[in-house]
Amino acid sequence: MALDKNQIAQRIAQELEHNMYVNLGIGIPTLVANYIPKGIDIEFQSENGVLGMGPFPFEGEEDPDMINAGKQTITTLPGAVLFDSATSFAMIRGRHVQLTVLGAMEVAENGDIANWKIPGKMVKGMGGAMDLVASAENIIVAMMHTNRAGESKILKKCTLPITGVNCIKKVVTNLAVLEVSKEGFKLLERAPGVSVEEIKNSTEAGLIIEGGVPEMQL
Amino acid sequence: MINKRVKTIDEAIAGVESNMTFMVGGFGLSGIPENCIAALAKKDTFELTCISNNAGIDNFGLGLLLQRKQIKKMISSYVGENAEFERQMLSGELEVDLIPQGSLAERCRAGGAGIPAFFTPAGYGTEVAEGKEVREYNGKPHILELALTADFAFVKAWKGDVAGNLIFKGTARNFNPLMAMAGKITVAEVEELVPVGELDPNQIHTPGIFVQRILQGEKYEKRIEQRTVRTRE
Repeated sequence: MALDKNQIAQRIAQELEHNMYVNLGIGIPTLVANYIPKGIDIEFQSENGVLGMGPFPFEGEEDPDMINAGKQTITTLPGAVLFDSATSFAMIRGRHVQLTVLGAMEVAENGDIANWKIPGKMVKGMGGAMDLVASAENIIVAMMHTNRAGESKILKKCTLPITGVNCIKKVVTNLAVLEVSKEGFKLLERAPGVSVEEIKNSTEAGLIIEGGVPEMQL
Repeated sequence: MINKRVKTIDEAIAGVESNMTFMVGGFGLSGIPENCIAALAKKDTFELTCISNNAGIDNFGLGLLLQRKQIKKMISSYVGENAEFERQMLSGELEVDLIPQGSLAERCRAGGAGIPAFFTPAGYGTEVAEGKEVREYNGKPHILELALTADFAFVKAWKGDVAGNLIFKGTARNFNPLMAMAGKITVAEVEELVPVGELDPNQIHTPGIFVQRILQGEKYEKRIEQRTVRTRE
């Protein structure tokens, strides 16, 4: 069975390490916060200017002056701090934020990512994505393996305008966990019940397969 | 103490003319100078260049100026959430310069800090880098980004004193302190304007030297774009 969005988030949460500063993008990445492994402390940064982001507020406690980068109402945890946008991107560009998780429309085997523009169709802007991908030490992409037409989004080369070059490190999809190496995508894990053959058939890029590919443990 | 207080919104926006460049603080609808935007939307100034991270929504914030086609060019990082904006952009009525959010913030900061340009890795190899100088530092390519300044900067703070010192609240701070630095004339509207001496100098975020006019905002609607809540267990 291919993973659903929550399971993709759950698998990515396994990559979190104790005392990490993490920036989560909009969409599936936001769900990662729901699956932090026990005993692990994580500080979430949101690029509009908060570190130590907590869960959504209880109904009636929403504050228009307290939102995340997705413009959703949030809360802060004890020890949280607020700052301006230049300081926020100093944390990102200066590599003080250790892990970035974000969504993508396409990824390529050289580590390129495209997630901000479909020419003539969707032109909303890149927001903080270009700053994040240009500087993050570790970038994990959360995405569906194929589009609605069943075409691979894991490519030899991106076809959409790119957000960053040669930057992503890992991709977690509904079908597989892939690592970006110098030689291309390495197939690390497959979704429970999904065969290597099925993954190959849904992947336009080449896949490096070394020995048996284990199932993801969720 | 230099008293920066203006009493009316007309005084606050006096001097804004067609063809000028202005900055507007805020992220989404959080921390936007609601009163100044509403007043600008009533004024017959057109062909404006607007520097703002976002473009408001159809019937609130900068959406009001877009509806009246007062804006010729927008410099932003993210402009979703606004159908009229998208229509004007795709039809070519509105010129749009989309730039990475961190570069936008730093370009405003640099403009206010007397730094004409800087190199950043953000956008290298993308459309954003087109026509920009590339230089390698520490083995990594960077692109040259120019500082931004504006004829007017409109910012919003939580509290301020008549000397122009500002304190922001929550994530409503965002671009406001940076744009305050980069305006030739910076107009700050605040929820609570207090006499000098009432703000603790240790807690002030934006020193009054960056602010030319300060106004107590008449009212604040403070709309929420994405109301997300959790249920009590």
